[in-house]
Parts: sequence; structure tokens; C-alpha cells
Amino acid sequence: MIPAAELHPAPRLTGAQIALECLIREGVDTIFGYPGGANLWLYRWLPEYPQLRHVLVRHEQGGAHAADGYARSKRGSVGVVFATSGPGALNLVTGLATAYMDSVPIVAITGQVPTTAIGTDAFQESDVIGSTMSVVKHSYLITRVDDVAATIREAFHVARTGRPGPVLIDFPKDLQAAVTAFSYPEGPARLRSFRAPAPPDPAKLRRIAQLIREAKRPVILFGRGVVIAQAEEELMQLAHLAGIPVGWTLLGTGAFPVNDPLALQMVGFMGAGYTNKAVCAADLLIMIGMRCDDRVTTRIDSFAPDIEHLVHIDIDPAEIGKNVVPHISLVADARTALRELIPLVEPKREHTWLTRVDQWKEEHPVRFVNHNGLLQPQEVLQEMYARCHDEAIVLADVGQNQIWAALWFSYGRPGLFLNSGGTGTMGYAFPASMGVKLANPDRTVFCVTGEGGFVMNMQEMATFVENDIDVKVIILNNASLGMVRQFQDDFYEGVRSAVDLSFTPDFVKLGDAFGMKAMSTRRREDVGAMLDEALAHRGPVLLNFDIDPDANVYPIVPLGKGMLDFVEAS
Amino acid sequence: MSQSRLLSVLVENKPGVLQRVASMIRRRGFNIDSLSVGPTEDETVSRMTIAVHVGRQQAEQATKQLAKLVDVITIDDITGLRNVAHELVLLRMHAPPGERTELLNMVEIFRGRVVDVAASTIIAEVTGSTEKIDNFIDLMRPYGIKELARSGAVALVRGDQARIRVLDFANGDDDRGAVPQAPAGAAGDQMGNV
Repeated sequence: MIPAAELHPAPRLTGAQIALECLIREGVDTIFGYPGGANLWLYRWLPEYPQLRHVLVRHEQGGAHAADGYARSKRGSVGVVFATSGPGALNLVTGLATAYMDSVPIVAITGQVPTTAIGTDAFQESDVIGSTMSVVKHSYLITRVDDVAATIREAFHVARTGRPGPVLIDFPKDLQAAVTAFSYPEGPARLRSFRAPAPPDPAKLRRIAQLIREAKRPVILFGRGVVIAQAEEELMQLAHLAGIPVGWTLLGTGAFPVNDPLALQMVGFMGAGYTNKAVCAADLLIMIGMRCDDRVTTRIDSFAPDIEHLVHIDIDPAEIGKNVVPHISLVADARTALRELIPLVEPKREHTWLTRVDQWKEEHPVRFVNHNGLLQPQEVLQEMYARCHDEAIVLADVGQNQIWAALWFSYGRPGLFLNSGGTGTMGYAFPASMGVKLANPDRTVFCVTGEGGFVMNMQEMATFVENDIDVKVIILNNASLGMVRQFQDDFYEGVRSAVDLSFTPDFVKLGDAFGMKAMSTRRREDVGAMLDEALAHRGPVLLNFDIDPDANVYPIVPLGKGMLDFVEAS
Repeated sequence: MSQSRLLSVLVENKPGVLQRVASMIRRRGFNIDSLSVGPTEDETVSRMTIAVHVGRQQAEQATKQLAKLVDVITIDDITGLRNVAHELVLLRMHAPPGERTELLNMVEIFRGRVVDVAASTIIAEVTGSTEKIDNFIDLMRPYGIKELARSGAVALVRGDQARIRVLDFANGDDDRGAVPQAPAGAAGDQMGNV
């Protein structure tokens, strides 16, 4: 009898073709990338796979952020970015670091010089594996064309499993051209070092439910883990079942409706005063899907110093006890943990506690004051959010615009608010919003940024126009590096140093140069009409708002101070 | 309180694994006393023996961060377990003919051996616990150490069990094993009581 393999021999394909075949099987439909000498065999074959939409970015950093935005906004998917060797690959580093800190699943495929040239300092050779080691979840250098399929399968598995993160595959040029028999590795990818977390321990779940029952002053804080696990509904259920006020981190923003009676606000360094007060007065604090970093805790010893019971739920065991040591911990994704916990929780309401929290809300509202009649950033954001209809996806860049956008986010139901929270990458939002829109063509996408961050990746305007990527970009233009300026004013002896950005392009002319519709105003009364016009226009629009150059972020905990030392707008 | 912990780590035998481990340890600011790596009975697996000098909470962090590396297969924290932890030292000693006998006696006492003899120097080899090696070096110092090379510890647990305890953080063992210190005021509610 003739063996089946001889009757149906596996097709013989090049490494590049195999890579593209595997991407399709991993569910990829969009690739952000930039060609160059060492990945040209991938680009040779790309047009033969029309299922793969390639978006030619104008800088590899933009590609990495776009892949990140794609993956953040289409949950469960993995973003993909291509770059060539050397400078192309190195331009990905900031984007990989951004995805790593915020646990975003992306796969970066970089061209590498031929295997025979590795180590010879060949043209455009760099040690990409070494250069990116500390900003990726894992990385692979392909050394045999026979390994291409299994490597890609494993890379996607690693990127999306457990705590997600970026994975890099370095793909030498000669192996892209080499030919081998292609068979897709069927069945789930298996790694002996990679174990799925066991189901949450029932004894611990019962203990947490008991603590909730006994608590007089419970508070929940959550972070991006809830967003990644898509546990918004479960979180809402638990909060309402047991009457627990809910606050969040910067990266958790949006997942719990601000208008909910149990909603607190963002916590920490630039969080709402009432959230910080509630956290510090709580007897039971349940932290879900968060790292509890220094922006959350402010001075570490001021973070809930008298807490009686601290519960930490996170999918990454290394986050448990890293910054704050809990009394009870649960290693699980937020959704699994909450689904298992909810049936054990009894309905209750601590009216005295909720009344106290409501009082703090009244005493410490998140607000702004218009001292001088100039356009305030919050006035723009309020108009923008009024046009979001609880469905638009909002991105924010880094700096003042980010905190303003987070604090004024106000949906009646869970929504998506995306920003570079961990790395704080200026220039993130604009390129990331391309990925968001391409992953969500039917949703309105707003990109809030400052003029400083926008200029850092403004080359992507060409990509937006070429692909007609319909994002409404809102530049809150204060002609300075606002957050740095605010810090210099308040914490660095008032000396303004290297923060003046008055030499910024005329954004209307800039939009014109790139063929992107652009508008600008400094007047409060124009804001609504400009936003309406932008929304009525199909395609990307750039909206420049010249805001009060002295507008500051409040509340804020002065550097080195504690949770309760917040300073409010006055 | 800072103490020395001995981790026996099985890793994939792949290029770059040592760099991944070293890079993580450097980035997280842990102090390594010694690190040795070599093949095992399974050619696809290498064993790293890592001695780290850390506090209890930091030891837990180091172990958990190691466990997250995709190429790390298992981690045994064998500190305090019945184990054989040996290292090897090679010492080139100043050894003029008049002092040689005394030196050779010392090497003998430490159950070492002389592996090279030249006109005015010898090379002695001693294996044993880190403490024994430290003592040997201290005693040799007055005679004039010209060069020294230490291997760092390699270790296995004694007895029939190949592995005594794998830290299985992925399955939430953290609370039952090394119990982290509770914050002040909460001593009565350790996770271990759950």
C-alpha cells in the first residue's frame, strides 16, 4: 500500500510562503509593516495572499503601535507587524515595550541577514533578539526553514495565552527563500514550560466571599486585566450584588461606567480624591487584574496602610506580592475568578459606608475651573464625549491630555479607553488609532493627543489618508509639553526648561499638505460645530484646539507625597 | 532578612537561554552569588544552579519572574532541603620547593589533589560545599594565591526523589508555600490559614 503522504504530498513552499500561510491560519487579516532588504521575500509573496491586508506604515514604530491598537481593540486577536533587519527592527523597540508593559498580544516578524552572514556585522545586521529581550514576552530566531510553521504557531500561542504580550520572530532572509514541505501543525501548540493556571481554589473563593460578607467598608479596584479578560459584566454583577464601590487604574478606565452609583473613579497619583479616600478607609480591598504600580500607590506606605483584608486577583503570579503583599491571592484571569466567586457571594449593602463614599464624592468632585476664559481641555472633551454615544472607542496619548481624557470619560456602560499606561509612550495614540479603526470599521474612533505626542508620529498621516482610515484626531494644543511644564512649575522650583513647543506646525496647513481634512479653533463656541462637521465627514480629520496653555491636571498627589495628600482644582 | 537561596532550574537547551535568565535577573536587580549551567541526562534540557542572595519576598519575586520565562521548565528551590551542593576550585599557588610539603598536606586535609606542578607553582583542585571552599581559600591565602577559578555550585537533592518540590506558581501555590509577610496589622489573617 502506498503511504498517504506519497499520495498527497505536502506542498513544497518557501519559508516566506509558509509564514504567510500560517498567519492566515492564526486568524490574521491585517499586517502593519515596512519592507527592506532582509524581508523582501515575505513581501515578494504577500500580494499572493489577498486575505492578508498589508498597511504600509511610514515608520516601523507606527507599525508596532498600530498592531498594538488592533489587538487592544479587537480583544482575543493578535496584532501583527513586519519590519526589516537592523534599523527597521530596532524602530520597533518602543512599540514592543509599550505592548509588553500593557500586556498586549502582538507578533513582530523581523527580517534578518542570511544565516551565513549572522555575526559578521553585515549590512543592516543587528542583534534584534538581544536588543529586544527585556521588552518581549518571548522571541525566536528561526534557524531552519523546517521550523517556520511550528515557530509561528508557538509564537501566537505564547502571545495570547495567560498574561498576553509581544513576541518577536527574527527570520533570516535565506530561510525566507528556502523551500520545504509545508504541513500546518495541527492541534494546540504545546510547551512543556507553559502550564495553564489551575481553576481557582474553592477554599480561597469561599474565604473571599466570607470576607465580602463580613466587610463593613469594602472597595474594589481593577485594572487592565478586567479589560483583557472581557470581565466587565461580571465585575458589574459582583459590585451590585454586594454593594461594593468600584475604582480603577488608568488602564482600567472605561470598563466600569462612571455614571453607575457604585462607581468611584481613577485611583492614585492623578486619581479622584474620593477614590483615594475610599481606598484608604476600606476594611476590605479587592484588587483585580492590576499591577499596583507606583502611579496607583503613590508613596507605597500611604497605600491603604490600615487595610484589614487585602485580596489580589491576577493572572500573573509574579504580580502577586510584587508591590503590595496581599492577605489572600488568586492566580486566575478576571473573568474566571469573578464567575466562580459570584455564586458564593450573598446580596448585601452597607448603607453607612455607601453614604460616606457618596459624601466624599460630593466633597471632592473631579472638576476644572476656567480662570481666564481661554478654552479649557475639559470643555473640548465634554463635547467630544457627548458625541460618543457610549460606543466610540477613545484613545489618548501621554501627558496631560491622557489624564484629562481618562478623568472625563463618561459612558453609561462599559466602553473602550486605550492608552499607553505602563510605558507612557508619547506618540502612541495616533498610530495606534489606525489599528483600532481597521479592527473596528463600524465604530467611531476618537484619538485625543497633545501637539507634542502627535508630532512624534505624524508621518502616519500619509497612511491614514492612503487607506482612508476614519479617525477623528483631537489635538489639545497648549504649545508646550504640558505635563512636564506642570511638574517643573510645581515640583522643580518653577524653572521652565525645554518645554516650549510654540514652534509646532500649523496643523491645518499640515493636514492640507497630507490631504487630510483639518480644522482649528481657540474659541469655546466653535467646539461643538467643529466636532459635528468632523463626524459628518467620512475619513480622517485633524482637529486642533488651542487650549489654555496654563491648564493643569487635577487632582494630583505632589511627588513624594501619599494617597491622601491630593491637591484639587481651585 | 537577606539570605542565600539555592535554585535548581531546568531550562530548554536552546541558544540564548542563559542570556534570558541573566537579563531578567539583572533587570530586576537581584544579586547572584553564583550561576552554573550544564547539560543533563536529557539532551534537550540544561540545568542551571543559581545561588541568589536575597530577602524572602525578593526570593519569591526572583523565582516567579524566572518561572515566567518561556524557556524555563521547572524551578526547585532547594534551599534548606537535604541536598548535595558542590563546587570546584582550582588554585595556582606560589610553591617554592621549601614550602611544598606544607601545602600538599593542606590540600590533602581538604581531600583535594594537585593537578599541575611547575618549578615554583602548583595547581590544587578541591571540591565540596561553598563553605569548605571558602575555608580552603582562606587557609591558602597566606601562602600566596597566584590565580583562582571557582565553578559555582551545582546541586542535586539527596534521596530517591528526583525533585522534591517544584514551585508551581502557575497553579497558585504561592499562598501555601512561601507565605509572604502580611502587611502590618494583619498578622492574624495569613493566607496560610485559608
